[in-house]
Amino acid sequence: MSTQLDLECRQVVKSFGKFTAVDNVSLEIPQGSFFSILGPSGCGKTTLLRMLAGFIEPTTGDIRIKDKSMLGVPPNKRPANMVFQHLALFPMMNVAENIAYGLKRRKMGQAEIDRKVADVLERVSLPDAGAKRIEQLSGGQRQRIAIARSLVLEPALLLLDEPLGALDLKLREHMKVELKQLQHEVGTTFVYITHDQSEALVMSDNVAVMNEGRFEQVGTPQDLYYNPSTAFVAGFVGDANRWEGRIEALDGAQAMVALDEGGVIATSFAPGTSFAVGENVDLFVRPEAIVIERSKAAQEKARLSGGKNTLSGVVQNLLFDGANSRALVRDQATGHEVMVSLPQTGAFSDLKPGEALVLSWDVEKTRAFKAMKAARQGIAA
Amino acid sequence: MIPSIPQSKFSTRLYAAYVTLFFLYLAAPLVVVGVFAFNDSLFPSMPWNGITFDWFLGTESPRVGVFHDSQLLESIGYSAFIAICVTLMAVAVGTCNAFLFERHSFPFKNILYIVALMPLVVPGVILGISMLVFANSLVNGIEDLFGFELDILRPGLFLVILGQFAFVTTITTLVISARLRKFDTSLEEAALNLGATKWEAVQTITLPFLKPAMIGAGIVCFLMSFENFNTTLMLVGSDSPLTITMFDRLKQGSTPALNAASLMLMVVSGGLALISVFVQRDRTAAPE
Amino acid sequence: MSSVSTLSATEGQERKIPIIKLGTFLLMLPLLLWLFLLIILPHVDLLMVSLREKLGYREYAFSFQNYIEFFTEPLYWNTFVRTAVMSIIATVITLIVGFPISYYIAKVMKGKKRSLLFMMCLIPFWVSELVRTFGWMILLRESGVISSFLQWAGIVDGPVEMLYNDASLMVGLVYTSMLFMVVPLVSVLDTLDDSLIEAGYDLGGNTFNILREIVIPHAMPGIASGCIVVFMLTLGNYLTPTLLGGKDGLWFTEQIYNQFITRFNWESGSAFGFLLLILSSAIVFVGLKLSRQTLADTVK
Repeated sequence: MSTQLDLECRQVVKSFGKFTAVDNVSLEIPQGSFFSILGPSGCGKTTLLRMLAGFIEPTTGDIRIKDKSMLGVPPNKRPANMVFQHLALFPMMNVAENIAYGLKRRKMGQAEIDRKVADVLERVSLPDAGAKRIEQLSGGQRQRIAIARSLVLEPALLLLDEPLGALDLKLREHMKVELKQLQHEVGTTFVYITHDQSEALVMSDNVAVMNEGRFEQVGTPQDLYYNPSTAFVAGFVGDANRWEGRIEALDGAQAMVALDEGGVIATSFAPGTSFAVGENVDLFVRPEAIVIERSKAAQEKARLSGGKNTLSGVVQNLLFDGANSRALVRDQATGHEVMVSLPQTGAFSDLKPGEALVLSWDVEKTRAFKAMKAARQGIAA
Repeated sequence: MIPSIPQSKFSTRLYAAYVTLFFLYLAAPLVVVGVFAFNDSLFPSMPWNGITFDWFLGTESPRVGVFHDSQLLESIGYSAFIAICVTLMAVAVGTCNAFLFERHSFPFKNILYIVALMPLVVPGVILGISMLVFANSLVNGIEDLFGFELDILRPGLFLVILGQFAFVTTITTLVISARLRKFDTSLEEAALNLGATKWEAVQTITLPFLKPAMIGAGIVCFLMSFENFNTTLMLVGSDSPLTITMFDRLKQGSTPALNAASLMLMVVSGGLALISVFVQRDRTAAPE
Repeated sequence: MSSVSTLSATEGQERKIPIIKLGTFLLMLPLLLWLFLLIILPHVDLLMVSLREKLGYREYAFSFQNYIEFFTEPLYWNTFVRTAVMSIIATVITLIVGFPISYYIAKVMKGKKRSLLFMMCLIPFWVSELVRTFGWMILLRESGVISSFLQWAGIVDGPVEMLYNDASLMVGLVYTSMLFMVVPLVSVLDTLDDSLIEAGYDLGGNTFNILREIVIPHAMPGIASGCIVVFMLTLGNYLTPTLLGGKDGLWFTEQIYNQFITRFNWESGSAFGFLLLILSSAIVFVGLKLSRQTLADTVK
């Protein structure tokens, strides 16, 4: 093994009675990377993180930090420190005392403690905050102190439990950048859990998407966005239009799918997957993959034309959001609503609800996955 | 420490053992009092001579049970009378005070509020003697001025009621105020808007809202009055309520009839406590 | 905008005029009667009685004689100090015994078990203090349960009297005060976020220093109000010292009772009462100042 692993999980399982919170999760995080675990609430990500910190023991499996098993090692003896969801800064101590807390536990001399506290405060750009009380700090400053309190111990792993959740939107955007830069500077491995896909995508080197206790996919943010390997990932990471349908015909790496709501769409598959005719699938298309044109001739069914999927519809609603503006277009034939991104050139800035549009997108931009809803298969069969 | 922190089995068990021991300490005196009510012996002490119901039902001396002990029965009557009077007065005045402190502004409000809290800080014995001294001064003053003796202010039931009322009212005021603070005044405004008069709005909307707190406070008052000792001791005359009678007998040494009386007291208190908890529960569950 | 602000300004001025509405006044009547007739005037009268000397039948003169007597007669003075010291000891013991219990209820137990345990803590205090003390007498006296048990177990040869000494008094005082320590402690420990304790561990702390640096500083307001209330109640207790305490060590409230009822010396009894009131209030005041709380907070 050439690169040292900071963290390795081997088939970790955690059950609470009959409920399996974390189901056979394995992962490897190389030194110095920013790793995120992304998933909806209740997917088991907090349980996983708390197992890494030592507050929960896994039912089976092994957790290794720096190639040493952590089973049976209490939280105060692990080389992993945690930034808690609500930060858990000690309100009975000032900023410097908070940061010094862990150092004091190591019986470090006062002079060295003072030096380290000053250093780390400098690093988080709050050099004069030492004497302040916790309640005097702003939300962003608290964030930085909580991170500094853990970083000063130079842990092998820094565990972050959705620490940006409590911040307002503007500050959250700012802290994302700051966190990523900080990680880059200190080189400590960060394990970050969040339900916010934008946080995970912006900051991470690698992201694991977690659902119902399992890892759905582990990869770079680009991978997850452009090559999702499951329907869950395609739906959870980034925005996407989703249709349900049945495979009518297969042609190599492409297939024709009859939508449940009517109409036919040509689709491609994720690499390494195979389908049979008659199988139920979910189709995903990103809003920005769809090209729009104004049109007089509406009322056409979805069809394949010139290697592109085409359908026509009427603008239902405009969702103006600067560069991220979208339109909700209603497919006249099926009644399905399609979200499309408006080009940033401003060419459609005068678009009005009620106008007819022709939408088209490449077959490769449509991705088919095995249908998520098992119940639906039952009905179709 | 907390369940998520791994602890050694030994320290967890040690802690649990300590907690168990503590609850034994809490339960021991109560259990003992109850059990010895059934001891077939003339004294509430060891040895254990088997079970008897004489201390409840016995009729012949020296085995006179509670139900035939006229002195005990009489004192229970006095206690109940005192407690009912105190409860009614304290809940009524407490409700007025709650409205006053929560809804009205008047001069010296803060000072009066602090004075209203005072009875909680004043030891019961001192509350008793101050009342005794003041009542005596009043009697003497009236006698000097008008030449007649106001016997009602001599130590006795009336003074006991006043003395208990003096500190119990603080509790009703606090409990009912806390409830009134949670009241959404727009409900009253809605009632006014729908044509109710101010008094009708209070009567039909606010008072029903306060009812759980008034009942809860009433139960607490009743129990505090029934069980009060310190203040009562100083103000009591010849008609002694239950706690005073029991105290006298305790000092002289008594038959297990005293245990039987205590057991009944415990059962009644426990029942009332449960009712008050139930009323309190209902309060949080109510969809207001 | 400007018209609105002037409107509210005049409204504000109108409110300041100290005229009480008739309704408010009627509502105030019971409050004023209660506070003046039953609280304020009796205490003023108590003070006045304590400051007079009896010359003959219904003949009095202003004098500090009762207070001088208190400070010059060692029996009174000793009883006073003894009561204060014993109350402090009882408060400390109650805190030490009650803190782990409160912590267990607030932090270790969860859900239904927790409410049950808390309820079990409260139940004994719905029962009359007299009954509780009676229970201790049955347990501790020479012919009592514990003595018999020790004889049965062969630990002692003959009956042991465990009643009527300072230890039995302490047991009773701590028992009687426990609720008033446990309730504020449980409610303050409830507000301690588990993640602070976890963070302490995660940063390398152990049980002892987390207790010292995180849990106890957080619990300080609850500790303060618990101690204040317990001290106050212990100081003013009459029943427990009378029934469980030794014959040679009087409690100050017994001294007051003796002056009033046995010796019929109301003047010195009033002085004693007033001194106890001052001691009690002073301790409450100091305690509140030290813990930066108000009486109203403590009451909640």
